[in-house]
Amino acid sequence: MNNEYRPYTLIAELTYRCPLRCPYCSNPIDYARHGAEIDTDTWLRVFHEAEALGVVQLSLTGGEPLLRNDLEQFIEKASKVELYTNLITSGIPLTFERLSRLQALGLNSVQLSIQSTRPSESDRIAGAPSFHRKLEAMQWVKSLELPLTMNVVLHRDNIGEIPELIALAERVSADRLELANVQYLGWALQNRSALLPTREQLERARTIAEHARGRLQGKMEVVFVTPDYYSVYPKSCMDGWGRRFIVVNPEGFALPCHLAHTIPGLHFENVRQCHLEEIWHHSSSFNQFRGDGWLPDPCRTCDRRTKDFGGCRCQAFHVTGNAGATDPACFLSPDHGRIESARSQASHLSGVPVMFEYRTGRGFSQA
Amino acid sequence: MTGDIARPQLSLKVRLRFDRRTGRYLLLYPETGLELSRTATEIARLCTGEWTVDEIAQHLAQFHTEISPVEISRDVLDFLKTLAGRGLLQGLQ
Repeated sequence: MNNEYRPYTLIAELTYRCPLRCPYCSNPIDYARHGAEIDTDTWLRVFHEAEALGVVQLSLTGGEPLLRNDLEQFIEKASKVELYTNLITSGIPLTFERLSRLQALGLNSVQLSIQSTRPSESDRIAGAPSFHRKLEAMQWVKSLELPLTMNVVLHRDNIGEIPELIALAERVSADRLELANVQYLGWALQNRSALLPTREQLERARTIAEHARGRLQGKMEVVFVTPDYYSVYPKSCMDGWGRRFIVVNPEGFALPCHLAHTIPGLHFENVRQCHLEEIWHHSSSFNQFRGDGWLPDPCRTCDRRTKDFGGCRCQAFHVTGNAGATDPACFLSPDHGRIESARSQASHLSGVPVMFEYRTGRGFSQA
Repeated sequence: MTGDIARPQLSLKVRLRFDRRTGRYLLLYPETGLELSRTATEIARLCTGEWTVDEIAQHLAQFHTEISPVEISRDVLDFLKTLAGRGLLQGLQ
């Protein structure tokens, strides 16, 4: 088969459980209502099937993947089938011994998130005391000579700290610094007024990051991800729906992105019952937004349709109510006004404190 | 960018792996990768820290008599610059 639709990366969301409560968590808002996690053997089979399907990169994420006590088995298996294995973690709970063991079993890289360079602020945003342990975990990663990505999710409360964040990344000798602005879906959409920066904040941060990128080239890669709300055109979300990525969520549903199952009307298959290859090629939901037959106006005739594939389907749904609409982040979208009004709200709220709604298992039975 | 690298060596984070689907090699690093051409694969395999940039070019020239040595040297340097720019060579500060 050709490589037009080939998953290079499997994002394995091992669990929705997490010791942190970040208000922009990428897990679905109703995560606590989801079913039981798939077992060890099912994951091992999924890794095998993924590799056979063309996957070469594995991201072990969550929630907090360290909470799975079979993580060792996963990494050992992934290494056996030659997947490049990345652990995406908060660093909690971790010990140096466990990290060494994971490395010995074949772990290739670690991405660790911090919320701020100021310990109390980092802990406030994470909703749990965590900063010092994260810093220690980053030092362990480097002392084992594992590649380290320091990830910071940016929003209006920490975007002014870019110089300090870059300095911290240099101090811990991160190989890569990911300065990724919040994208407003799920928990982040819920918290949008507490998170969305102003255009001035964003531009200042971008300029500083650009400068650091040049200065550090070849030594530390600096990645700055703009929020869709301030980009002219939409991003090519997941490099196109069902094109390069496959996500398997904690309960075993195979998805084109982390939040695809929040779009009503799509049916997703579960790896408990289905082979990954069958899902990839034949799932009605994976096929729903592939190619350009489904594209709405103005995407249909736009030159950029092969670049951004119409943007993010979840954003289209959560902002316009129609998952098949042009991503409203695009300035050509008829719904772009909704994004503009969120931006002007951000500028009105500048300097005004807005409380976070922390990630909680609300909706979970109260018993 | 590669001037200070006498004997290029791939960074520890890099894995080369054969891709059964395309018959090419992939150069994998955290969360992403590059699909290599045949020439790029040959160059990457010589980035062991033992060979100088010139020796790598000379080695390739033996097998690619259809391409001029000047062109080969340029290709080698271009590819090494790509790797260096992405932080995929060791010892570059």
